[in-house]
Amino acid sequence: MQQLSLLLTSLPDGILLGFVYGVAAMGLTLIWGVMDVINLSHGPIISLGMFGTFFLFIKMGINPYLGLIPIAVLGLLLGVAIYFIAVNRVIDAPHLSSLLATFSVNMIIIGIATAALTTSPYNVDFNMGSFDLGFTTILGTRLIAAVISILVTGGLYFFLYRTRPGKYIRAVTNNRAAAELMGVPSTQILALSFGLGTMLAAISGALIATFFPFSILSGAGYELKSFVIGVLGGLGNPVGALFGGLILGVLEGAIPAFMETSWVPVIEFGLFVVILLVRPNGLFGAKE
Amino acid sequence: MKRSMITLFSLLILASLVLAACGTPTAEAPMAEEAPAAEEAPAAEEAPAAEEAPAAAEAITLTIGFTSSNTGKYEVSSARQVNGFSLWMDQINEAGGLTLSDGTVVTFSYETYDDESNAERVQELYTRLVNEDNADFLISPYSSGLTSAASIVAEQNGKVLLTTGAADDATYKTGNTSLFQLYTPANLYMSSTVDMLKELNPDAKVALVHESDKFSTGVAEGIRPYLEANGFEIVLEEGYASDTADFGPIVNKISASGATVLLGGGHYNDGTSLARAIYDRKIGLELVYLLVAPADTKFPELGDAALGIVSSSQWELKATHNEAEADALGVDWFGGSGEDFADAYEAAYGDPPTYHAAGGYTAGIVLEKAIMDADSVDSDAVKAALNAMNMMTFFGGIQFDTSEDAHGLQIAHKMVVAQWQLNDAGEFALEIVAPTGVATSDPVYPIPAQ
Repeated sequence: MQQLSLLLTSLPDGILLGFVYGVAAMGLTLIWGVMDVINLSHGPIISLGMFGTFFLFIKMGINPYLGLIPIAVLGLLLGVAIYFIAVNRVIDAPHLSSLLATFSVNMIIIGIATAALTTSPYNVDFNMGSFDLGFTTILGTRLIAAVISILVTGGLYFFLYRTRPGKYIRAVTNNRAAAELMGVPSTQILALSFGLGTMLAAISGALIATFFPFSILSGAGYELKSFVIGVLGGLGNPVGALFGGLILGVLEGAIPAFMETSWVPVIEFGLFVVILLVRPNGLFGAKE
Repeated sequence: MKRSMITLFSLLILASLVLAACGTPTAEAPMAEEAPAAEEAPAAEEAPAAEEAPAAAEAITLTIGFTSSNTGKYEVSSARQVNGFSLWMDQINEAGGLTLSDGTVVTFSYETYDDESNAERVQELYTRLVNEDNADFLISPYSSGLTSAASIVAEQNGKVLLTTGAADDATYKTGNTSLFQLYTPANLYMSSTVDMLKELNPDAKVALVHESDKFSTGVAEGIRPYLEANGFEIVLEEGYASDTADFGPIVNKISASGATVLLGGGHYNDGTSLARAIYDRKIGLELVYLLVAPADTKFPELGDAALGIVSSSQWELKATHNEAEADALGVDWFGGSGEDFADAYEAAYGDPPTYHAAGGYTAGIVLEKAIMDADSVDSDAVKAALNAMNMMTFFGGIQFDTSEDAHGLQIAHKMVVAQWQLNDAGEFALEIVAPTGVATSDPVYPIPAQ
């Protein structure tokens, strides 16, 4: 009975957090789906998004939610720059090359940020109050982050399905050679896709910074979660990633009601393997 | 191809997570093939032995080896510890070093590497410090887990390892003879807090929620029988992974347990996250005690979430030990005052010193006293001097257990209980709230809005 009560208390927290996980995973799965690149710099870019919130709010007094706009723009530009510097030349090489290229970017970002910011935790002392529902308390920051995550997902969906560059991205995803024959500038579209992926990572980091202390190393955990969510939701499927994030959030809320919290990652990644083996296209289907 | 790569990744991740969830946090395997050099005399070429030096006074420079966590989760506390030791070394060297009875002048230098807060790196690097850098004496890294890894190398090579920033007592109960602990052992960490709680509310219901690492688990296991002996009900006992970011489910669990007091935490990073999660949810706790994190001067960066949080401290300037106390106890006083140390530290680093910094500085003081007592830099002679040591410094009492069962365990040092309160100017101040003899303020109980 106590477990059920605890489950009811923790589930809303997990669900709200799951929306933000979903945005982080969308960034990874978009790049993965469009260009077959596993972006190992995803984690530190999430961390950079966290630091974006810290500097804009703590140093410049800009509201964290308003700060999402410059963070998104900078995330997009950073992704485009990373694409042209590290990924473009190895895009057609064996997968190991792009894996190593993005891993190098990961190490460079962590190295520079460690030198400049250290690995000490930073905290954004920002509070949006809370709502007592009787059986649980909903934190304002998590509720707003979930709403923003849904808006970002909707925006991405609209971009991919209702705009010309979005359609180009889908065309390149389906058949790059055919898209080029139809006049689609594939290199620019791939760069844009990479930029969108990093933009989503930065946005998720910026939202996470409103509820947890963080360091430059914090993004690594969310990168791993993004892998799980990507597989759960289906490769290259943004809406699937959102639902995958929700599933992960629910698991993180529910598991501690029944066992020690240190088992949460074991079960999460166990599920990751099971989905790969049983339903490799994800629960919601891949969009190739 | 893509799927096979992901499968490979996932299997590796799963395997490592299962190991992490089930295994112990520190490596215990000795690095057998890399550490053969026990027969190398300590400080062979740099520190000529006493018997060959009757002639002119000479100057030698001892190399002190240690690793520091420049990156990773121990960075904050480790940096303070290294700063403290560096300050001691600079002061000694600037004063011309130590002079032994034969006229030999001893100065100090150190070799250090970044251990990345990683136990495997610690074993590699301490082996390197001993075998390649020819370190004469060793200081521990920060944290019990890393120190446990370093202790294996020190013991294999017969090197004196002064441990600071490492309170776990299990390492000293494995037959080691080269380790000497400066901190109050982990099993006594919370005892003063429990004494205080008994006066404040003997009916408190306690949640023991701690990081699942060597030190924090040792503290929790050490305090459990003491809590039970004092009649407290433990309504929840749980560990959490060191890299936990979302403490929401754990805080909900604490709330559901009916606990009125939380005793737990671990280190700086998780402690700050846990403090914030407790504050965000306001679950009505009357007292929150966290290990390590609240003792750092950075802790008030959490804002109101820091208010009322209690921790125990190995040393606080407001309760620094002094010569009169040493006289009253009938033990030798050694070194300068806490105020002198604090002034010098602040002048050097711009921050007031924490107990981690004081511990690093005291490691230097203890080494200095041992060399002077031994009148030698020979490792065995210094070890004998450490075994015989019974003194007080500004950091507190220093005496080591010399029994076979717990050699090197600290038996004279006492801790204080501190709480973040607001001073008259409305600023955060870490006040000593127990024991009453050294308290600078009454404990705030119940704490506001947690």
